[in-house]
Amino acid sequence: MDFDLTADQKLFRATTREFLEKEMPLTRVRELAASGIGFESDWWKRGSELGWNAMTVDPAAGGDSISGEGLVDACIVAEEMGRLVSPGPLIGTNLVAAALSEAASAAEHAEVIAALMAGEATASWASYEPEHGFAPLAPAVQARPDGSGYVVTGVKDRVDSGDQADYFLVTAAAPDGLVQLIVPATAPGVSVTAQHSLDLVRRYARVDLDGVAVPGSGVVRPAANAEAAVNRQIQIAVALQCAETAGAIGRVFEFTVQWAFDRYSFGRPLASYQALKHRFADMKLWLEACQATAGAAAHASAQHAEDADELASVAKSYVGQKATDLIQDCVQLHGGIGVTWEHDIHLYLRRATVNRAMFGTPSEHRRRLADILGI
Amino acid sequence: MTEQATAAGTGLEDVESFRLRARAWLAGSMPRLNPHEDGSMEAVFARGDAIWPRARELQRMLYDGGFAGICFPREYGGLGLTRAHQRAFNEECAGYEMPLVLNTPTFSICGATVLDMASEEQKQQHLPAIIRGDEVMVQFLSEPRGGSDLAGVTTRATRDGDVFILSGSKIWSSGAYAADYALCLTRTDWDAPKHRGMTMFLLKVHQPGIDIKRIKQIGGNNEFCQEFFDDVVVPASAVVGEVNGGWAVASRQLFHERNAVGGGSPYVSGGGGPPRRGPSSAALAEVVRASGQAGDVYVRELVAEAHAISRIQQQLIWRVTEGMRTEQLPPPAAAIMRLFGGQAATRIAEINVEILGSHAVVADDNAGLEYGRSFLMRQAGSLGGGSTEMARNIISERVLGMPREFAADRDVPFSQVRQGR
Repeated sequence: MDFDLTADQKLFRATTREFLEKEMPLTRVRELAASGIGFESDWWKRGSELGWNAMTVDPAAGGDSISGEGLVDACIVAEEMGRLVSPGPLIGTNLVAAALSEAASAAEHAEVIAALMAGEATASWASYEPEHGFAPLAPAVQARPDGSGYVVTGVKDRVDSGDQADYFLVTAAAPDGLVQLIVPATAPGVSVTAQHSLDLVRRYARVDLDGVAVPGSGVVRPAANAEAAVNRQIQIAVALQCAETAGAIGRVFEFTVQWAFDRYSFGRPLASYQALKHRFADMKLWLEACQATAGAAAHASAQHAEDADELASVAKSYVGQKATDLIQDCVQLHGGIGVTWEHDIHLYLRRATVNRAMFGTPSEHRRRLADILGI
Repeated sequence: MTEQATAAGTGLEDVESFRLRARAWLAGSMPRLNPHEDGSMEAVFARGDAIWPRARELQRMLYDGGFAGICFPREYGGLGLTRAHQRAFNEECAGYEMPLVLNTPTFSICGATVLDMASEEQKQQHLPAIIRGDEVMVQFLSEPRGGSDLAGVTTRATRDGDVFILSGSKIWSSGAYAADYALCLTRTDWDAPKHRGMTMFLLKVHQPGIDIKRIKQIGGNNEFCQEFFDDVVVPASAVVGEVNGGWAVASRQLFHERNAVGGGSPYVSGGGGPPRRGPSSAALAEVVRASGQAGDVYVRELVAEAHAISRIQQQLIWRVTEGMRTEQLPPPAAAIMRLFGGQAATRIAEINVEILGSHAVVADDNAGLEYGRSFLMRQAGSLGGGSTEMARNIISERVLGMPREFAADRDVPFSQVRQGR
């Protein structure tokens, strides 16, 4: 992603790439899809041993980043996963672990954080509700105070890896404002129903919360305020997602350029036609700009920069749009083979299309950006 | 010049200390812009020919204050500091009147090329002079016969003892009427293939035999010029690089041009970002509020899009510059920034007139038509500094390694190459 990776970051990237290429090649992704499995727990645990879920965790809570900018390090994993359209709850687990570790109540969540870091448990950020777009700051789910905890009722849906997650980070409306709660999937009153996803291995679920009692230890007390905490979660989700998308389009662009060199028509390679060369030049531009803006969003969030919210929406509004533009153009340049199940490009198109829509569409992020700019 | 505090090890002043020193000096020394005055190039040019003497004056103030030529080496009158220092200075300059017209081409293209390619004597003559504000430079590259096929130049330079005699014509040279010296690409050997018969000169602009005509652009300004050379006598000491080796100089010049137009030049001073056409997104947001459209979701999205484009342009410049610096991208990757700049200008001009609607085309006074004029001129961002079509050729061929376009004039003596009329 970045052109200024440290030696340690490069090593981390190489180790992750090697692991993914060996353990989760596209043939394996297709097998998982055919068998209706999102990801295998054992695989996730072994990947986690490389440090996949430790980067974004606050060092005070046991986190261990490589560069000091944990989110940037986690984005290295996300980008590599994008290159191979990997399965797995990277975004949710990193986001929830980071949120728990940055909370004022971090000490109370130590066990959950440790389990997430080790890959023994996974978590998901329940940010959507039925019938609504991306509005994580306006939940209809209700939290009624009950002793030091809450009783939660309502529905979240489009929950990433929801049918395999052990914990949900739920934002709910309480009488005195927003509250965030960590809810175990096994808690009484929680029922999870798988949904259908355009992505073959990134699965989503509806989570019904029917009078779920969350004890005081499950309340994620934000260090600042709940709204700031949710905005920070948007930064993390968008940075990881955009890094993943950038990885996906980087790989698609590579094999499509190669295709242009290898494929001959009228006795000359596709890469020799100016009409096509110019399209490749545009795609190279989009790719570099996507990587630039995704990287800038990750750095800003990792550094708690003033414009981190703004840069998250800048990145998503652009990457979401350009990634699908780029892959569709690559489908076109492949010709008929590009719209077959056999060719791998649709795996990438699926991932980029889902990523474009989830955690805010480009349009939703432009509207959010206008709000941030105070127009 | 002020004595600089130095950071241990590098021998250079710490960036933050430089920033604070610049902030204090600017506040005490440089004139402020009116709050409503826009920093776009159109707004600068709208002030007319007076911008040039004013720019020299402002540059001299920067020089006397010790803030001129930040990234130029000390031995040529600069400060010998880094991009980070330049960036800090640019950020501090917001709201002050700056000699922006000197950035391109004087510093970022001509000065940079002289620094890389000229003789020691030429560097000593010209670089301190431009940094002091005593000298303004211009590019004499494009000709009426064509711009993209630069290596096809037909301006003739014929050797006659210690001098060369120039004849021909150059065009699209912004501000030539106010400039002192030009980097002028000529043909000296008509029997060699086209890339091997050119020579670059540092040409004195105002001298016998050179006639300058000004060209009015559709946006209203007449900064563009055409020059006619009628047996202009040029000393051989004005040759930059080798005789018949002009293409090496021109290639470097084109690199600096793409870098400058794309916004990646370290020699651009006094502006926060890449060269901007039309009003800023903050100005646009103000127009939206004033025109009562702040509640319109479509308009809000358009303003956000324009803002995002500006931010991403800067992010892309940083990324590509870092990629070239670390050799993870080849130098022709500067064309990526250039292409983004062209497309960004087009889209933002479109957004502006979309938001303003009929107010962009009919107003109570001429100043009210600024957005509309920017729309008329929007393609300039895809033409000046090399067309975006050429940028796409460069990206596909020299960054992605795709086959070069067929050229009918390759390895053919230039005198036998077919020319249009």
